[in-house]
Amino acid sequence: MADSTAEAEDRAEHVPSGHVRSGGGWPGYIARKLGGGLVSVFLVAVLGFFLFRVLPGDPVRTMTRGAPVSAEQIEQLRQRFGLDQPLWKQFLDFLGALLRGDLGTSYTYSRPVAELIAERFWPTVLLVGTATVLAVVLGLWIGTRAAWRHGGGFDKASTSIALTLWSVPTFWLGLIVLMVFGVGVGPIPGLFPVGGMSSPDTPAELIPQVLDVARHLVLPSLTMVAVIYAQYLMVMRSSLLEEMGADYLTTARAKGLREDLVRRRHAVPNALLPTVTLIFLHLGLVVGGAITVETVYSWPGLGLLTFEALRVPDLPLLQGTFIVLAGSVIVMNVVADLLYRVLDPRVRAA
Amino acid sequence: MGRKILVALVVLGGLLMPNAAIAQPSAGGAAKLRVAVPQQIDSLNPFLGYSLAATDLFRLIYPTLTTYSPQDFSATPELAERWETSPDKLTWTFHIRPGVQWTDGQPVTARDAAYTYDRMMHDPAAATANGNFVENFESVSAPDDGTLVIRTKTPQSTMLAIDAPIVPEHVWSKVDDVAGFANDRMPVVGSGPFELTEYEPEQYAMLRANPRFWRGPPKVSELQFVQFKNTDASVQALRKGEVDVAQKLTPAQFDALADEPDVEQVKGQGRRFFEMLINPGAANSAGAPIGTGHPALRDVRVRRAIDQAINKQALVDRVLNGYGQVGGGYLPPIFDDYHWTPPQPRGFDPAAANAQLDAAGYRRGPDGIRRTPQGEPLNLGFMLHASTSADAQVGEFVKRWLADVGIAVELEPVSDNQVNDRTTAGDFDLAISGWSANPDPDYVLRLQTCGSRPSPEGGGTPDSFLCDQQYDDLYARQLGEFDPAKRIDLVKQAQRRFYDQATASVLYYQNSLEAHRSDRYSGFTTQPAAEGVITGQQGYWGYYGAQPTPAAMNSQDTDYGTVAWVLVGIVVIAGVVILLVVRHRRATVDERE
Repeated sequence: MADSTAEAEDRAEHVPSGHVRSGGGWPGYIARKLGGGLVSVFLVAVLGFFLFRVLPGDPVRTMTRGAPVSAEQIEQLRQRFGLDQPLWKQFLDFLGALLRGDLGTSYTYSRPVAELIAERFWPTVLLVGTATVLAVVLGLWIGTRAAWRHGGGFDKASTSIALTLWSVPTFWLGLIVLMVFGVGVGPIPGLFPVGGMSSPDTPAELIPQVLDVARHLVLPSLTMVAVIYAQYLMVMRSSLLEEMGADYLTTARAKGLREDLVRRRHAVPNALLPTVTLIFLHLGLVVGGAITVETVYSWPGLGLLTFEALRVPDLPLLQGTFIVLAGSVIVMNVVADLLYRVLDPRVRAA
Repeated sequence: MGRKILVALVVLGGLLMPNAAIAQPSAGGAAKLRVAVPQQIDSLNPFLGYSLAATDLFRLIYPTLTTYSPQDFSATPELAERWETSPDKLTWTFHIRPGVQWTDGQPVTARDAAYTYDRMMHDPAAATANGNFVENFESVSAPDDGTLVIRTKTPQSTMLAIDAPIVPEHVWSKVDDVAGFANDRMPVVGSGPFELTEYEPEQYAMLRANPRFWRGPPKVSELQFVQFKNTDASVQALRKGEVDVAQKLTPAQFDALADEPDVEQVKGQGRRFFEMLINPGAANSAGAPIGTGHPALRDVRVRRAIDQAINKQALVDRVLNGYGQVGGGYLPPIFDDYHWTPPQPRGFDPAAANAQLDAAGYRRGPDGIRRTPQGEPLNLGFMLHASTSADAQVGEFVKRWLADVGIAVELEPVSDNQVNDRTTAGDFDLAISGWSANPDPDYVLRLQTCGSRPSPEGGGTPDSFLCDQQYDDLYARQLGEFDPAKRIDLVKQAQRRFYDQATASVLYYQNSLEAHRSDRYSGFTTQPAAEGVITGQQGYWGYYGAQPTPAAMNSQDTDYGTVAWVLVGIVVIAGVVILLVVRHRRATVDERE
């Protein structure tokens, strides 16, 4: 028996090394990245728990909001939310519950935090997703053109517009967009609703419902696009500029290819590499970044939920949104890492 | 390039066209009243929901024993037609109005009321929102369907102000866990003028008129509460006609609506008073000193001088743009009966304040700042809510005025939570505070009693840390006084004592600013009748009385048939464009590589 295992090990050693990439195999790479991600999520959970307990304020007083409650009522509330337990016990309970997907009960809504987050998650994904897709398309398209004729009028105009919008306060921009396109100014009629995600009196059928949400989506996503497309534009522009002196482009031109084909088929695919990973890194961040836009347009998403939870403050809810927001950043980081390896052979070789 | 412009135009057209179609009116429809709500509805469960938006909703869908009159906030029969008390004032017998029905057709009886209060007394979760109303209850019973008997532990004059929604026993007796019950099965069984039929959290609540309502159905057939997180957006929605009523407006927003043709502004008196606490030497309920209040403030002469150094009229003019009244007595003037105006008010008079401080022995040092007789400079901290712009403005004014009388003030803007924590701990010299008073003054008067001071463990809800035997006697006497005129007199005496002690300076009462579409609705019943408000009432009068105009009766409905056709059109055009592009690409394929 001992011999045969030794033999097996031997054979394994003699597998031709050409099939194994020098950077370690896919399974190892994925395991490392996922493992790192899980450790980060755990640290986020720990941080979330202690961070919000450092916040000044007695949770029970927050819950009763200064109402004249008796000492027994306060004691009962403490028990109901486990606040009478020592901190380490609360932490263990929290971790145990977290593993079961239980994020606790919100003080303000008296409902499970996981349920509240699930309700608000999809509106945010819809808003952030739409805005990101539009911003990416717009940013890459303008960025490509700006780089191709860099230094020209189009380049100067488009980058300065994008950077101006990027630096404008989102809240202010949101209100301006709302007034111009929601209410109407001068000859521009008010075309879109000024707030919310749906109108109450929309018929229950699918098409009116979809149209109604689409109408409500226009202004918030427009505002978000205006603010975030600049980063895609700038990254695309600079990475394309880096490619532009490359020899393979000269080769392509020498083959007699038309200029826009050289750009589209040769330069842009190479320049896209850093941009794609950037998009995924930003996707994680942007969920939290939607707070302002959601507040201006009363969009019932995660950002708004976080904002409300902070104002109270509602500890379990804050903790829950913190874990979900931080978790989404971690997940997107892992995805970006994996994607980079697929897209860029150099990472595989390293 | 031309191709791309074409695509862009089609996309743009696609975005605009369905909206143009949606704006098309179609005939028919009933009177919908749409109200912009700036605050979240925290829960549909009347035992749990406490936010103003939630309690507003409960007043419309659940009955209460008594309600407040729209004229003057006096207690008025609602579910209870009449009532009597025993000679010892401990037993209250309420006679329930016959023939009132729940929206599912079952009769509303005394048993429902008894069940509701009993559950609040015995189930801690059910006491979450309104438990304070039953704290003094000994027992509740319903000897028959028409009679409700409540026994209290001590005589209590606030028995006609039990502002807790009554729920149907046949629905709620099946609910085991009140804390976990969302009460979101539509339609929600109630018995008020409206019935809740649809609810999207953070978005809207829809109610329809209750045809069985005992007072008769409201004139509005549908009522919608639409959430707006941002009052700027709700003002724009009102301008555009997306909502009919907007509330909680800032003075600037209110002024901006003055020239709007179809909008009527409503300037109501507010229920809030805005005060500056002056720490008189905080102590806990065991009498042990706590906190970090400046010793000079324990001297009532210093507190009165501070009050006198503040120009309250300037605050009303500059901070509120004139939308408010100068502060004096503790209870705001909206509650006419109980409001008290100081007969000899300490008007703005820096010279008198200076003279008083000089006479009390607080001499100015070489830096112009006064010293206590022990030589400690009068450097005071002024704690403000960092989130409130009015606080910042008030802070700057007060700082300047107190500098004129030789008191140095350092502004400390902190989070709302910290304001609560530090005031409870007594860790302040001066601090901004304010409360919304109820028609029954008991709740806010209680804040100034010795009993409201924090327990040694830190619980409790103190306000200005007044602990004064004379005030407490007056407070206790008014709570046990059942003759309205005598009670009013005692409440006013308590306010006078509070004013004399100057542990807080009531700076102003701000107006409640609202606006509504006058082209669609008229006849909102305001509460109180003179200078009252439509929203956030103590009752359902505002929406119940709303009278739709013919324009509102022929409300425009979205024509989704047209919208769908336009959508189909866009898809067809987009398809054709894609086809053309693909063919163009095929044609040039030879040119590639």
